[in-house]
Amino acid sequence: MNKEEQVLRMTKIVSDFVGHVAKVLPDDVQEKITELANDERNPLAKTIYATMKENMKLAKELSRPSCQDTGVLQYWVKVGANYPLLGELESILRNATYQATQETPLRHNCVETFDEYNTGKNIGTLAPYILWDIVPDRDDVEIFPYMAGGGCSLPGSGKTLMPGEGYEGVAKFVLDLMTSYGLNACPPLLIGVGVATSIDTAALLSKKALMRPVSSVAPNERAAKMEQLLEDGINSLHIGPQGMGGDKCLLGVNIEHGARHPSVISVAVNVGCWNHRRGHMVFDKDGQCTILSHSGVTY
Amino acid sequence: MEKKVLTTPIQRKDLEGIKAGDIIYLTGHITTCRDVAHRRLIELGRELPVDVRDGAILHAGPIVRELGEDTFEMVSVGPTTSMRMEKFEYDFVKETGVRLIVGKGGMGPNTERACKEFGALHLVFPAGNAVLAATEVEEIESANWRELGMPETLWTCRVKEFGPLIVSIDTEGNNWFEQKKVEYNAKKEEVLESIYQEVKFIK
Repeated sequence: MNKEEQVLRMTKIVSDFVGHVAKVLPDDVQEKITELANDERNPLAKTIYATMKENMKLAKELSRPSCQDTGVLQYWVKVGANYPLLGELESILRNATYQATQETPLRHNCVETFDEYNTGKNIGTLAPYILWDIVPDRDDVEIFPYMAGGGCSLPGSGKTLMPGEGYEGVAKFVLDLMTSYGLNACPPLLIGVGVATSIDTAALLSKKALMRPVSSVAPNERAAKMEQLLEDGINSLHIGPQGMGGDKCLLGVNIEHGARHPSVISVAVNVGCWNHRRGHMVFDKDGQCTILSHSGVTY
Repeated sequence: MEKKVLTTPIQRKDLEGIKAGDIIYLTGHITTCRDVAHRRLIELGRELPVDVRDGAILHAGPIVRELGEDTFEMVSVGPTTSMRMEKFEYDFVKETGVRLIVGKGGMGPNTERACKEFGALHLVFPAGNAVLAATEVEEIESANWRELGMPETLWTCRVKEFGPLIVSIDTEGNNWFEQKKVEYNAKKEEVLESIYQEVKFIK
């Protein structure tokens, strides 16, 4: 296959997979929702879980986006320094987004800021947004397509704390957000927390945290402990699905962290709704694709 | 427990005894109505092109497929955040005589007052379930103010057992979310105190 053919083929695969992600939740999220639904005792919450289950079934059967808000597409790309299509990736992802929008169909969610008009294409200035990581000594690329609706984008926020506020301040920031904006962001939520130096570093990590599987554990022992403390603490508020009361209200808490300046500790939070539409795919240097997030999907 | 189904037109007395936290279903008609429709009626004084008296509105911006001239298919419809309409909702209920307001999340004191004074309910359709909701729409009977674009058009739908709809504000003005928030916040302080003891990593 020459380069041009490889680009076209990859664009088609990414587009098809984005469409699939809009309709079918990744395995880890499906498993977690089933577990939460089985453990739930509150009758109102049980009704909500039954509604979700029926919706997931219908979305797959009727091949329609499971939520009407298919978000502004984002991709986290971990690209090997020796990957041959590095220079083509941006336009591949952009074209794939447009193609998926036409074919799935996805909602036109791309409004140009300041000029304030909807492009009608679901792509626009900088959108789809791409987060880049370059991985040395690798020749493949990992791509995480992600679509978050307005509802679960709204709680996103961050704060640079003074060290005196410490990790206690980090915990307070997360819980305050959960009991205010979090209720309306379609729980059970996946909470992505970034802890780092300036606010942008924390914000970026909070988004990457959402790309980790819902039941994954941070490798750092203290970060893992904090994930568990926050998860147990928030679940014990009995916020329930949709914030209307119940047993638990979380898919999980994922924390990503980086070193900080001694004078500051920044915390940022991004949340994913129960309809957490995240994919994970890998292309090798020859264009062979493997899907890691959705079992049974091959291209 | 038997399904509680309300059928439009709905009278005030039909809503008596329905409490915040109850679950009901709707048969009859519901019209999508969100930001701009509320502004037009309340701020610009324009009459709604659809009579929703004793009927229902849905805070939503659906995905609709046009099948032919004035025939449509509901592809995907889910509630949007109701709180955006809070500043208009008292006057909206007063002007239109609507009985059911369906959306997502809670609403505030204006809506509580309207529900109590005029006999109406605010209800939540569990969000993110847009395909299920679309399959409960039998037909889109009319489309008004189409110049507002797909999300803002007033789509009048004939629905059958549309729901589950969870009562967030009842006709006595009881507000489910506000009551719950008090519980969550009371417990939060206690939870934080115990987390604080465990995360003193800066020593």
